Amino acid sequence: MSTPATPTPTDTGTTSVTEPVTEPVTGAAASASESAQREPLPGAAENTGGDPGAKPYGAYLLGLADDAMVYAQRLGEWMTNAPQIEEDMALGNIALDLLGQARGLYPYIGSIDGTGRGEDDYAMQRDEREWRNVHLVEQERGDFADEMARLLWFSAYQVELHTGLSGSGDDVVAGVAGKALKEVRYHLDHASLWVVRLGDGTGESHRRMQAALERVLPHLPELFDDDEASVLAAGLEVGVLPSTLHDAVVARVARVVEQATLRLPDGSRWRSRGGRAGIHSRPMGSLLAEMQHIARSHPGATW
Amino acid sequence: MYGNDVIDPNEPLNAAETADYDAAAEHDDQRDGRDAVGDDFDALLAADQRIEPRDAMPDDYRETLIRQIAQHAHSEIIGMQPEGNWITRAPSLRRKAILIAKVQDEAGHGLYLYSAAETLGIDRQELLERLHDGKQKYSSIFNYPTLTWADCGAIGWLVDGAAIMNQVPLCRCSYGPYARAMVRVCKEESFHQRQGFEILWNLMRGTESQKAMAQDAADRWWWPALAMFGPPDTGEAAKGGHTEQSMAWGIKRFSNDDLRQKFVDMMVPQAEKLGIVLPDPELRWNDERGHWDFGEIDWDEFWQVLRGDGPCNAERIEHRRRAHDEGAWVREAANAYAAKQATREREQQQQKESAA
Repeated sequence: MSTPATPTPTDTGTTSVTEPVTEPVTGAAASASESAQREPLPGAAENTGGDPGAKPYGAYLLGLADDAMVYAQRLGEWMTNAPQIEEDMALGNIALDLLGQARGLYPYIGSIDGTGRGEDDYAMQRDEREWRNVHLVEQERGDFADEMARLLWFSAYQVELHTGLSGSGDDVVAGVAGKALKEVRYHLDHASLWVVRLGDGTGESHRRMQAALERVLPHLPELFDDDEASVLAAGLEVGVLPSTLHDAVVARVARVVEQATLRLPDGSRWRSRGGRAGIHSRPMGSLLAEMQHIARSHPGATW
Repeated sequence: MYGNDVIDPNEPLNAAETADYDAAAEHDDQRDGRDAVGDDFDALLAADQRIEPRDAMPDDYRETLIRQIAQHAHSEIIGMQPEGNWITRAPSLRRKAILIAKVQDEAGHGLYLYSAAETLGIDRQELLERLHDGKQKYSSIFNYPTLTWADCGAIGWLVDGAAIMNQVPLCRCSYGPYARAMVRVCKEESFHQRQGFEILWNLMRGTESQKAMAQDAADRWWWPALAMFGPPDTGEAAKGGHTEQSMAWGIKRFSNDDLRQKFVDMMVPQAEKLGIVLPDPELRWNDERGHWDFGEIDWDEFWQVLRGDGPCNAERIEHRRRAHDEGAWVREAANAYAAKQATREREQQQQKESAA
């Protein structure tokens, strides 16, 4: 890991976001839906509508939140469509974790960008050009190998990202990252196990997994682009410069690919660009139309 | 308080929040007396003790349970679809998170139940094949479509509410693994039912179009929910059905009609609280019976949907089959990999032994 932001624990007067304030759900009957309703959201308590100039890194955090949000939306499409029931549950779980990461960040972003927007304002009311996620997460659901290739890369990236961000100079960001880090390590484990099983499984699964690694390739460089917002946030020791994550992420993926008896493809003739600037690929419009249409059909309604 | 300022969290909204559930869940602790009774099936039933997988049991009892538990498991798995249909469209992030978690719970319930069925000597793969081939059924309620967001509320409130009413007595079922699965399932379903009520509560306090959406959903789900308890099985109708035998075996504890009445009695006051008008002009309190009277259920429709001619019968099975078929290569790969790993471990072991 290279140049993560230095931890500077200040603002001790605020509630620590790493310690949940509600009681933990205990007992055998603690269902997923029960936990989902009680889970505290780290950023939620912080939305106090502060001075927008003081923390000028909202755009950087929006990129991170939008990546998590859009990937959660795609993973949610797997429920009832997975190869086995256990996998419906596992992919649903990962979707829930990512959704939680986005929900942890949106209200905080609203408090530092001067708009005071809440999570649903960001998720439901923004048009395509206002979204800052990379193209990788918005691509349509492919076969199971495609999903495992995407999840392997994205979770390896998130492990490195959140390792860096847990030392962020912004306590809220560090808190969200600290919680996310535990989650994304499981996501990486899950994807790694499947990539190895598929690569070293049958002839067909090997062929499909290799093809998926090729298909995902053009969408990877974007994860490591140092856009303006990242440079600013990294300079303030709040964010991590994406390019510095590259080697560690590739090393993580390469280990898994090797164990899976697969080959890491060399490179692609083209690469995606522009997600962090609000330039998206074709599937993004339909994804937003589906995600937002109920909320937008009822302006001002609460649910 | 529960997400808003009016719903009292201490007031029971479903059968899993009543003393009936507590009593049924406690029943599982009464296993101490078992040694005194011995292993005889009839003696165990007579002493209200649990039958466990290794006990001898009549073939009919085993077959009845396999059919019932499998149907229940299939209902959980097929039941993921009507609401899964709304995960990508949930109108707020909080609703989306709860819905994903709910559908996940249903998958989990399916898994516990398949495991309970497996204790009777049949495996999940075979049960899924029977589902896909139409040889085993799932609850007919899932053959109705989810047309609007409010349907997610109506399913939680009415369909999960009816399911809990059916399942609380099953926590005392004579077959141990099924009863224990039900204790857990009911607890989780109780949260599902509450979230459904809460969805409708918010809609009924929202805009005119939200209210209309909630009322429309209740109109469409009320009668199918009442039909979930099954055809009449008391009085004349008791002859020739399964109820009598299932009761003798301690699989069923109350008649369909009794459970339906308890459900109606519980839901009518809740509908009033919500501000929803239930679509039954004959619904009125009967002082003499101490129960709500309600109108005639359309049993022709029930049988028609059960026979396969409902709005979504074909769609549900086709969706399930497609997901299963599309995943076949993944499951084959997992098995192939597991076999390779086992061989590698064996070879390593042999090398170690020959080196020693």
